[in-house]
Amino acid sequence: MKDLLLIAIGSALVNNVVLSQFLGLCPFLGVSKNVKTSAGMGAAVIFVITISSFVTSVIYKGILTPLNLEYLQTIVFILVIAALVQFVEMFLKKSMPSLYEALGVYLPLITTNCAVLGVALTNVQNDYSILESVVNGVGISVGFTIAIVMLAGVRERIQYNDVPRSFQGSPIVLITAGLMAIAFFGFSGLI
Amino acid sequence: MNKITERLYNGIVKENPTFVLMLGMCPTLAVTTSAINGLGMGLSTTAVLMFSNMIISAMRKIIPDRVRIPAYIVIVATLVTIVQLLLQAYVRGIYNALGIYIPLIVVNCIILGRAEAYASKNGVLASTFDGIGMGLGFTIALTCIGLIREILGSGSAFGIPFIPEEYHISIFVLAPGAFFVLSVLTALQNKFKAPSATNGSAPKSNLACGGDCMNCSGSSCMTNHQLITDEMNREQKKQGTGKQQ
Repeated sequence: MKDLLLIAIGSALVNNVVLSQFLGLCPFLGVSKNVKTSAGMGAAVIFVITISSFVTSVIYKGILTPLNLEYLQTIVFILVIAALVQFVEMFLKKSMPSLYEALGVYLPLITTNCAVLGVALTNVQNDYSILESVVNGVGISVGFTIAIVMLAGVRERIQYNDVPRSFQGSPIVLITAGLMAIAFFGFSGLI
Repeated sequence: MNKITERLYNGIVKENPTFVLMLGMCPTLAVTTSAINGLGMGLSTTAVLMFSNMIISAMRKIIPDRVRIPAYIVIVATLVTIVQLLLQAYVRGIYNALGIYIPLIVVNCIILGRAEAYASKNGVLASTFDGIGMGLGFTIALTCIGLIREILGSGSAFGIPFIPEEYHISIFVLAPGAFFVLSVLTALQNKFKAPSATNGSAPKSNLACGGDCMNCSGSSCMTNHQLITDEMNREQKKQGTGKQQ
């Protein structure tokens, strides 16, 4: 139990997926213009990463390891994730229309998000069990959501600020992200 | 011959994937803690990009249009696995330093972007050199950013120290430094009005998303999605009205 808690805190705060691993930067910079959409994106990411880290971990432990096919992990994972996102989208559309309304538009964006593949690969690299992989996936995606919602909050304020001409647009967003990364360094004493 | 040099110039200068098109930002920020790491990542990506462009353009008439993206992904993932195994066998230092970012070359948008925008429409030779040009552009950009961060952060260039330790600004080799260096770089591009995706003057490639990762970052994927649903709705409506009549 303690180990699981450590994994969750470690992946959500200490090794934050965007601010210290640099995975999933594209949606982090692109979909963070206002808090509402960024929260939607965060929820979709939590949903997909949790499912995908479970499925890829089961496939790795159950199929690839017994057959000595570990070197195929990259190919298998990317195809499984792409198929899974499609499947989840169809399933939600059919059986949970309200959830689909909330998450639907964000789902296709997540397929090519490197955070999803990154989680699957770190699970393998750290030799996590299936339960630990799911906990790690939840932690990482919650960390992503925290970071993106906070950045969106800051960006909503920045709109009213007087930013130098050449720093308008993405440079100021990158500076903000850098300052947030410094703040997240404070968590490294946590474990 | 002319076309080959044009492709190389295009990849390295005119449509430089990092500085102009702003593609593949994740590895750009993550692995540029030193010039050597940037160089290793850049060359690995170049190898994958060259062979993927070559294979995809050779097979462009065989692959059915509908399943082209999964087919491209399988080709790219195979090449990445080969590169990963080669690095693991022969260049252990780089393999350990780059770690998880080597398999993540698969989802680097430069590779799928070039496959979709260039290799699927052009001949084998031109596509191969397009891959080499784009890859070298990426390599040069990564090495430059790596060099800046290495000089400021650990006072050395390509592993050779030349600044005494008390003048190091170690934040530049840590995560926040990556954001700051990239931020100043894009600000300079804005200042001098150099072509860049961030100030909208980059040559738009004919990708579905325009290749503008920095500003788009999914939002135009959403527009595509919206367009598709609109079209489906319209079609359904048309069928509905047809029945009524």
